[in-house]
Amino acid sequence: MATTVIRNGRVIDPLNEIDTVTDIVLANSKVQRIGKVSDPDAQGEHVTVIDASGCLVTPGLIDIHVHLREPGEEDKETIATGAAAAVNGGFTSVCCMPNTKPALDDEGRIEMVYRQAARANLANVYPVGAVTRGRAGKELAEIGLMSEAGAVAFSDDGVAVASSAVCAKAMAYIAMTGKVFMQHCEDPELGGGVMNAGTLATRLGLSGWPRVAEELIIQRDILLNISGGAKCRYHVQHISSGGSVEMVRRARHDLFGQAHVTAEASPHHLLLTEESCATYDTNFKMNPPLRNRRDIEAILEAIRDGVITVLATDHAPHTQEEKELEFAAAPFGIIGLESALPLYARALVESGVIDWPHMIGMMTIHSAKLVNLDKTKGHLTVGADADVTIIDPNENWTLDAHAFASKSRNCPFHGWQVTGRALATVVGGDVKMCRDEGRIREPQMNADERR
Amino acid sequence: MSRPDDDYRWPHKHLLGLEDLTPADLRHILRTARGLEDVSTRSVKKVPALRGKVVVNLFFEDSTRTRASFHLAASRLSADVLEFSAKGSSVAKGETLRDTARNIEAMGIDAIVVRHQQSGAPHQLARSVQCSVINAGDGQHEHPTQGLLDIYTVARRLGRDDFDLTGITVAIVGDIAHSRVARSNVHGLRKLGAGVVLVGPTTLLPRGFADMGCELSHDLDEVLPRVDVVNMLRVQFERLQSQAFPSVREYSRFFGLTVKRMEKAKREVIVMHPGPINRGIEVESAVADGPNSAVLAQVANGLAVRMAALYLTTGVNAGVNTGGNA
Repeated sequence: MATTVIRNGRVIDPLNEIDTVTDIVLANSKVQRIGKVSDPDAQGEHVTVIDASGCLVTPGLIDIHVHLREPGEEDKETIATGAAAAVNGGFTSVCCMPNTKPALDDEGRIEMVYRQAARANLANVYPVGAVTRGRAGKELAEIGLMSEAGAVAFSDDGVAVASSAVCAKAMAYIAMTGKVFMQHCEDPELGGGVMNAGTLATRLGLSGWPRVAEELIIQRDILLNISGGAKCRYHVQHISSGGSVEMVRRARHDLFGQAHVTAEASPHHLLLTEESCATYDTNFKMNPPLRNRRDIEAILEAIRDGVITVLATDHAPHTQEEKELEFAAAPFGIIGLESALPLYARALVESGVIDWPHMIGMMTIHSAKLVNLDKTKGHLTVGADADVTIIDPNENWTLDAHAFASKSRNCPFHGWQVTGRALATVVGGDVKMCRDEGRIREPQMNADERR
Repeated sequence: MSRPDDDYRWPHKHLLGLEDLTPADLRHILRTARGLEDVSTRSVKKVPALRGKVVVNLFFEDSTRTRASFHLAASRLSADVLEFSAKGSSVAKGETLRDTARNIEAMGIDAIVVRHQQSGAPHQLARSVQCSVINAGDGQHEHPTQGLLDIYTVARRLGRDDFDLTGITVAIVGDIAHSRVARSNVHGLRKLGAGVVLVGPTTLLPRGFADMGCELSHDLDEVLPRVDVVNMLRVQFERLQSQAFPSVREYSRFFGLTVKRMEKAKREVIVMHPGPINRGIEVESAVADGPNSAVLAQVANGLAVRMAALYLTTGVNAGVNTGGNA
């Protein structure tokens, strides 16, 4: 059986409160032990040894919010290229949103995602099922059957479940599955603009997407969830407004613990402001839109004090042709899988907001818990899945979108000088990506096998 | 003509908006227009300034007046003019704005005059071509030559030959929110020292304009007595659908410039309108055709201003510095 020994890294496992320089042994696709190993070759047959000195060794990073575009828009991304981008960026598992064409709104399409991910054999890909048929916000999709087929969460991401009546019903129904409802918080009538509403949008003559369109949906959903009594786990996707943060904070602390609210941040909402839109560069067109410094401060504060528990990417590939359209006509979003790690390190660790173990926790165990994968993923407990990310926290490099494994290039951070990079990505005990071949020693065959 | 800015050199290859210009730039382009104004009154209405150059009118949105004005302006400078209409959104055609522009540019173009229904399209265009780009109106963003011709008209009428508008107050009335004319006027007027009062229903008056140094009002009767210029914007009937105001009748009652309302205004107030006028809605005919109206002067001045814009921007494009007055 294949064995991998990762040596001399700073092993960070937030669930088990481990943060120490040691070794870790992976065998039979599981974590076998953590602790100093005197003779790696004695750990089993066909031992692969990775030298992780100077690096962080963490549970495999999990991104709960990506768009892989398959089926329907394979010119932007496929499950295979998205999975390649994931392992390239240090992610061992991703959850793909159902806004494909057609939407992931029945069990056959959920199974299709698993099948394509197995064919690609790179990262784990977990589908998020649509809440409503065709994401149209009218009738419930077959949530129960999709859940059985392996949907890890439910969302109509790209649009909110806007009708209060449908949303109340969806939350009650999703609660039965024990899975989480992820809401794209945007009132469709108040939202729908192409950048943050305010003086800059007025100057530029662009339609505004005000904070209140996000805050209203969050507040409404919190009230619906309490009044319905269903105790649906409710998750705010890509939070962008300081006001939203306050609502989530209050709900988590004050509402008798009945709100069951979590929230995720995305890198661009921590590092960019609406000012970036001033030249009509469509790589800064996001949904929800980039906002202002004081929103960033509120989100950072909420990350520091644990109100926001999960870091995602909202990896949203689009073709160059589409991003070359006029600002109002171009699609929303940017790719994120291959830039998120150093960008989060810059926004959170370099700036002193939180430390590495806190940040790793937000990309591993908290993500895993959200999508019910925490039994086997998101930590390095003995017996857990052998998903491990090795990170060189000190590597200085330049983000080059043209070198990414993703099919798309829509990255506003192209050319940024950053620090910190995934050195190797191990999925189920297999090394799927290793940037430094000098650190890896493949199994040595013994004399009998050579014959 | 005096030359107070002898060291000045026009630096802009493109004219995308008045927000990007300095007061010196504005005065220079307006003075250049002043020098070109008399070309239109000669028996031979042509100068050779742009002989051998090619200007393309690239219009993604219907326009008769602006298009004709740019065409004539280019002709009077002896440029060859190519008319090009592009319909609908570029998504539908499968060709991006950039493709269209580069295809046209491949024909050897010196300047693209572009009108587009989307804000920012001229900026994106300017990034992807080598030639000059002149914005002839982009979405709800800017319409710089309209702003310039409005300012030119005010300055000429008031005898401000130095194009310094200090002490002048201009009211712009109507759908401010969706008006590129309002934005260009605001930027230009503020930079040249004028005060600007924006008047309209609160639903069409974004508060962001206060940050740009404007006074906001929804009371035309209160504003009218204290302004030197009143610029009436065209009512966009499609705004009715979005319920920005309840009815044309109600709008007209509160924001229409009637003969009766004119009694409150200064006797010499200048009435302007970017055209085409909805007579009887935003302006009563007797006012539009009355002694205070500068509407036809605006059209005539538009020609001189557009000649100046073409002349100055293409001069930078060719690498020849033509900074002096025409």
